[in-house]
Order: sequence, then C-alpha cells, then structure tokens
Amino acid sequence: MSLNNILDQPLTSWMKDPGPDNDIVLSSRIRLARNIGVIPFPNRATEEQLNQVVETVKNSVGDLTKETGTAFMFLDLDKISPLERFVLVEKHLISPVHAQEAKYRGLLTGADGVVSIMVNEEDHLRAQVILPGLQLEEAWQVANSVDDILEAKMDFAFSERQGYLTSCPTNVGSGLRASVMLHLPALVITNQIGRVLSAISQLGLAVRGLYGEGSEAIGNIYQISNQMTLGFAEREIVENLQSVAGQIVEQERLARDYLFKNNNEQLADRVFRAYGILSCARIVSSQEAMRLLSDVRLGVDLGIIQEIDPKIFNELLVKTRPNFLQKIAHRDLDAMGRDMMRAEIIRQTIKRQT
Amino acid sequence: MLCDDCKKRPAVVHLTKMVNNEKYEKNLCEQCAKETGEAQIAFQPKYSIHNLLAGLLNFEPGTGAALTKNQGVMPVCDNCGMSYTEFSRSGRLGCAMCYTHFSQQLEPLLRRVQGGTQHAGKVPGRTGGTLMLKNKIQQLRQDLQKYVSNEEFEKAALVRDEIKQLEKDLNEKGGE
Ligand SMILES: [Zn+2]
Ligand SMILES: [Zn+2]
Repeated sequence: MSLNNILDQPLTSWMKDPGPDNDIVLSSRIRLARNIGVIPFPNRATEEQLNQVVETVKNSVGDLTKETGTAFMFLDLDKISPLERFVLVEKHLISPVHAQEAKYRGLLTGADGVVSIMVNEEDHLRAQVILPGLQLEEAWQVANSVDDILEAKMDFAFSERQGYLTSCPTNVGSGLRASVMLHLPALVITNQIGRVLSAISQLGLAVRGLYGEGSEAIGNIYQISNQMTLGFAEREIVENLQSVAGQIVEQERLARDYLFKNNNEQLADRVFRAYGILSCARIVSSQEAMRLLSDVRLGVDLGIIQEIDPKIFNELLVKTRPNFLQKIAHRDLDAMGRDMMRAEIIRQTIKRQT
Repeated sequence: MLCDDCKKRPAVVHLTKMVNNEKYEKNLCEQCAKETGEAQIAFQPKYSIHNLLAGLLNFEPGTGAALTKNQGVMPVCDNCGMSYTEFSRSGRLGCAMCYTHFSQQLEPLLRRVQGGTQHAGKVPGRTGGTLMLKNKIQQLRQDLQKYVSNEEFEKAALVRDEIKQLEKDLNEKGGE
C-alpha cells in the first residue's frame, strides 16, 4: 500500500463491501480515545513531547501488521499537502481538526482502511474502526483487539475511578464513541424524521446531520452516537446503540413501504427526475449532488431504478467532495470549475453502469 | 419524597430517562435539577461540546466563577501547569494528573455530563492496577449469591474458595 493508494481511491474497503442492513446503514464506527502516561495531552504538550508520542506509536506499526494480518503504515501529516490532508478528512480517515495542525501529527492506518489511528489529535491516540452496514459489535471487537495490541507497548493514562483519562471530560471512562451513519430519505419525505430524532435524543444519544448545518441533513444522512462514556461498560454502550439503530432501520423500512405502496407514481417521478438531472446536467453543486444522489439511491434500494449498483452512491459521496475533486483534477479549481467537474464525474460514473 | 441527589430537599422535578433500554426515574429538588441541567444536555444540534462545557463550568457556583475571585486557592496542575480557570475556559484538561488535581471540581461536572462517576468498562493490563482483580472478585460475589439463593451449595463453595484466593492475591499486591 502506498500513500497514493490511500489518497486516490475513493472507496476504502468499508465502502465497497456490503454489510447487514446496508440499504439504510451506510457505516458503523467505533472510536477509542487513549493517552500515554503523564505526557501532557496534545493541547499542552511541547514539541518534544508530541514527538515522543509519535515515536512511541511508530513502535506499534510492526505489531499491528503482524497481529491483524493487514499492512499498517504511519503517515506524517506534515509531509503531505494541506489538500491531501483534506482528502483524508473527506474519506473519514482523519477529523477536520486533525487536518489543520500538521506538525507532529500523524495517521496510523491499515491497508484496508478499516482501522485508522489519529496521533496527537485532541488525545494522543484516537483509534477508529469503520465497517459497512450495521456492524457495531464487530467494529467494537476489532477496536478492542487493536487497543490490546497498542496497550502491550504503552502505559495508557488510567484511573480506577475515572477509567481512561482524556483531554475532554466528555470522553473519559471508556473513551468510547460509537456511531452509525444512516440514510433516512423516507422518514424525511413522510415528515416523521423530527419525531424519530427527538425520541433518539431522549435515549442519551446525539444526532446530527452528516453534511448539513445542525439538525438539517443534506442528502438525508444522519449520524447517531452515544453521548456518555463514563459509568457504562463498552458492551452496554455498543448494544444500546445497535438496538436503537435497528429500530430506526425498521421505521425507515416501514416508511419506504408506505411510500412505495401509496405514492408510487410521485415517488417514481421524484426518483427519475433526480436520475435524469444527474445523468445529463453540466453544472452540479455539492448540495444539489447530495440531494439528488439520495433520491436516486432510494430509487435503487426500492427497485424503481434497476440498472445502477447501489455501491456507486457511497463512491460518489466521496468523489464529489470539493477536495477530492481537486485531487483528481490535479489542479486548483474555482467553485464553477468544481461544479462542472462534479457533474462530469457523476455522468461518467452513472454511464459506466449502464 | 426527598431529592435523589442531595437527599435533603423535597423532590419537585420528576424525570424519566431511558438508558440502555432501562427506565430510570430521577426525582430532584429544584436546585439539583438546575444543577444537573438534565433537560438541556439531551439534544444539541449544532453544538460545540467545549463551549457547552465551558458554559457549565463558568456558571457553577463554588468552583470556577467563585475561585476566580480568590486567586490564592485556585488549583493548578503541577504536571502540566494548567489552572482550573484555563480549563473552564477551554473545556479541556491538560494531562492525566489534572484529573487528580481538579478532582473536587470535576466530580459534580462528571455527574452532570456523564452517566455516572465510576468507570465500569475495560481495564488495561499494564496500568489498570488491581482493578481487574477487584472487578473479578465483585463478579464472583454476585455468582456466589446466585448459587446460594438457588441452593447450589457445592458450586457456591467452589466460588467462595476462589474469592478467598483472589482476595489473598489482592492483599499481596496491595502490600507491595
Ligand atoms: Zn437536591
Ligand atoms: Zn495537568
């Protein structure tokens, strides 16, 4: 695996392989926050201390490769361009915050893109596992074993009372953030999304729109995660979210059934209009792309559109992001240039299918 | 009915909360209800958790705000140099030792934003100390009770012996 591989391929493996309930659950993610000994957290560490963390982490590359059977590599964020860092953000391998500051910041990642570990983000280590579909428990098992491998070489900051110690007290304890990304177009179209989201927030879970501002979600993609990390066993947190996600999936299925049976013509019209625009348009903004792709994906999932592989939806979600577009264009693009390039890529990807 | 938190004032606010599919009822007095801010924390759409935290910290009587007026008793972490005021401004701690230095101020905060104040999850082998052993003993005690109430006395005896052995190990480790 090379850096170019990581940067140029729009799909990391979690996007390619289907998982359970993948018509609604795009991905399941587990993130563990860990810090090393009494080295100050990145917000207070000296450059020397940050470097000490980097060197310690590099020592685990071999162990991770050997014990997981997947090649791991350490990527120094200071050695790649800002554009490339933002491509990593669009691929969900690092956070936007992590792309800002590059010196002594790193990414430890496996060739399959399932495991990625941010080094010196808000905490010394943020290990993330992403799997396709609804597979939170499986993701937790992978994260747990990665944590064991790392722990074999490092003294993690830990107290008997507060558990794993983290920079922000909202992560302390298990250091675990579990989340699922859900595509919920039918709940939005049938105006039920508000009811569902407010019910979720009563359960100690946080909801946000993936690409939108606040609770508005462009492309009808929502991320749901646990809020509390202290006082619960990891398994409880994971099982709770898995079961809530399962219930939302059921609600979305019911809403899709309802639309399919009662509003079939309107639904088909909406879906084919979106398909028509995406197959022919010459200028498409990022927001318009997200909206229309959501409609097309719903049509594909319901069998209204049959000639498209649902996989291209995930592929296009990444390919049409502004930084990724510039990366494949090999040049700077202004807003109009990006919108034209986006339209072209969407047309090509859809045509390749038919 | 007395308040579940302070157990002093009468409970006037009654909250029902679902955590892990289990219903929890919480009965609080007016003061504790305000302090926990249960209602507000639940749904924060466009939120910055750090701003939210900083807000909580600044308005907390007796800690951040009050201490700022009295610089003399302001706690400072001697490992990373972070002061409690800095923490209440940024919402982030500076190092693992901050948890010890600011433990008094952190307890009420954790009670508010977290599900509890005692870690109940994974324990690292290297730095977990005797916690793994303690958890194991706790688990075995629960098993013991189950066996006794089911009148499975042979199994109960085995578990009791195992607990004894582990407690001996724990004492030896503690004495090191
Ligand atoms: Zn009270
Ligand atoms: Zn400190």
